[in-house]
Amino acid sequence: MPEIRNYTLNFGPQHPAAHGVLRLVLELDGEVVQRADPHVGLLHRGTEKLAESKPYNQSIGYMDRLDYVSMMCNEHGYVLAIEKLLGVQAPERAQYIRVMFDEITRILNHLMWLGTHALDIGAMTLFLYCFREREDLMDVYEAVSGARMHATYYRPGGVYRDLPDTMPQFNVSKWHNAKDVAMMNEARSGSLLDFIEDFVHRFPSLIDEYETLLTDNRIWKQRTVGIAAVSPERALQLGFTGPMLRGSGVEWDLRKKQPYEVYDKLDFDIPVGVNGDCYDRYLVRMEEFRQSNRIIQQCVDWLRANPGPVMLEDNKIAPPHREDMKGDMEALIHHFKLFTEGYCVPEGEAYAAIEHPKGEFGVYMVSDGANKPYRVKVRAPGFAHLSAMDEMVKGHMISDVVSVIGTMDIVFGEIDR
Amino acid sequence: MSEEEITISPLQQRADDLQERFAEQAVDVLVARGEITLEVPREHLITVCTALRDEPDLAYSQVMDVCGVDYSTYGEVEWETNHATTSGFSRAVNHNEEHEAKWLKDRFAVVYHLISYRHNKRVRVRTFADSEFPVVDSVVGIWNGANWFEREAFDLFGILFDGHPDLRRILTDYGFVGHPFRKDFPLIGEVEMRYDAEKKRVVYQPVTIEERVNVPRVIRSEHLHGVDEAETE
Repeated sequence: MPEIRNYTLNFGPQHPAAHGVLRLVLELDGEVVQRADPHVGLLHRGTEKLAESKPYNQSIGYMDRLDYVSMMCNEHGYVLAIEKLLGVQAPERAQYIRVMFDEITRILNHLMWLGTHALDIGAMTLFLYCFREREDLMDVYEAVSGARMHATYYRPGGVYRDLPDTMPQFNVSKWHNAKDVAMMNEARSGSLLDFIEDFVHRFPSLIDEYETLLTDNRIWKQRTVGIAAVSPERALQLGFTGPMLRGSGVEWDLRKKQPYEVYDKLDFDIPVGVNGDCYDRYLVRMEEFRQSNRIIQQCVDWLRANPGPVMLEDNKIAPPHREDMKGDMEALIHHFKLFTEGYCVPEGEAYAAIEHPKGEFGVYMVSDGANKPYRVKVRAPGFAHLSAMDEMVKGHMISDVVSVIGTMDIVFGEIDR
Repeated sequence: MSEEEITISPLQQRADDLQERFAEQAVDVLVARGEITLEVPREHLITVCTALRDEPDLAYSQVMDVCGVDYSTYGEVEWETNHATTSGFSRAVNHNEEHEAKWLKDRFAVVYHLISYRHNKRVRVRTFADSEFPVVDSVVGIWNGANWFEREAFDLFGILFDGHPDLRRILTDYGFVGHPFRKDFPLIGEVEMRYDAEKKRVVYQPVTIEERVNVPRVIRSEHLHGVDEAETE
């Protein structure tokens, strides 16, 4: 009789369901996972070390590239930490813009999560639906910052510039005739806020569309209900935050509990799961779509009614207006100093955390008074979630590993940093 | 109402309570920018952390983050700006030749960020490790979530965690030598990788590029934005 041994399987790093570069060493007994050992770090770029060698503002762009599906939220954590050290606060309009873009980013992130999670478990259509909506929101990013993904839009002291009055339009090409283009440009004829409002009105029915395909789908439920259930006690022990924690029934959201920016002036609810399994986490994120949509609508209304500055008028940290530089020597010097040397930040340390789409995104920053940070530590939510991989998949079938990776909403940019 | 009663803020009150509670363990409590930091001697780390988790009026049920810090070049600059110079800062600057250390405590620190869901409070715990042979007790037994964070601090700073169940490297490459986030590890690294056509495999070799500093690290003494610690409260 042959010897029966556990089988060791290498999952990734080039597996499409590994969501990037995850190498997972699985020890299997038949099809049942006995042990999972994630090997991470294949995308390690040393962002924190790089940030130590650059003036503060030059690292904002690196933050986009951490969690590269929720770009502006990463920037937000970083600029909040700098603002805390400087002891400044952005103007109210900038705070509303930041909150609006945080929620747009949350929708972007959850769309990416939903599309790929569903694709991994076998629902192809949803992937296409989600990417259709992502395209609209990418256009919003582009209109405001010039880049579809890596925006570098938030700055310490506000945001880079105010919202534009026009949206980029489609042109007639050999694929789209004038009639098509007129239809496609219909929502884009007004300002950026008009376009966002149009999206906000359309989006609830689109969420219903996704839910029709999944929420009561027999196959979807078979693949997610009861899979990787985590109790609230374990979720806390394992360092879960965000939807992973709320899915386990812990009502905790930094936007409500430790409000930053203007979240305390906005009206929204926090969805909480019951069983802590993949299905509950799915339901939590679906409800977050609707809540984010509500927040965006409130921000749009406020931003329409309240024009104002979006950046501090303080030229020691914010660059002067371009017109001023033409005639004012002092403005020119400020501009030169800011863009060559940067600004010095008072000595001390600060930890700023935001409710990132994936959980708590924290930036711990130590300054020794120089124009470059002494130490930046990014607390990535995905890092803590992935470390619970072994516990979550133990005893499940190998096909459930894919569900668990999906439900964790893993992005390697932030885990490997 | 007497004057002292008015001046003590809730934050300061919390800090005073913590100072009193951990007086036996010689914990230093610092308050800055609305945050409380406990500086714990490393021999008392486990006692203090267990108390922070288990006592009902503290209840720090989750460790949010664990990270290492290397303080060896704290306060050092690449360009002195206190006096006017005739030379300015040259681009391809050589790193400081000789300097006296500005940091007088131990070189390595481990910083823990804790959160209490019951009381909606945060606290930061810092413990210093020995400069030559940095070892700190592991808190994985107290908060399981610290596992990978401690592995990361070990990988990047070479800080050992006594009692950690599985202290392997995590972020760097298989077979990596050194601890890259230490301040004496160059930004450009020690080795580079290329494909060797003769050997028909990937080889490692010492780096062929030179490190250069485009923007010097400076500390301007006049912080126009400096805020008094008391004001940020």
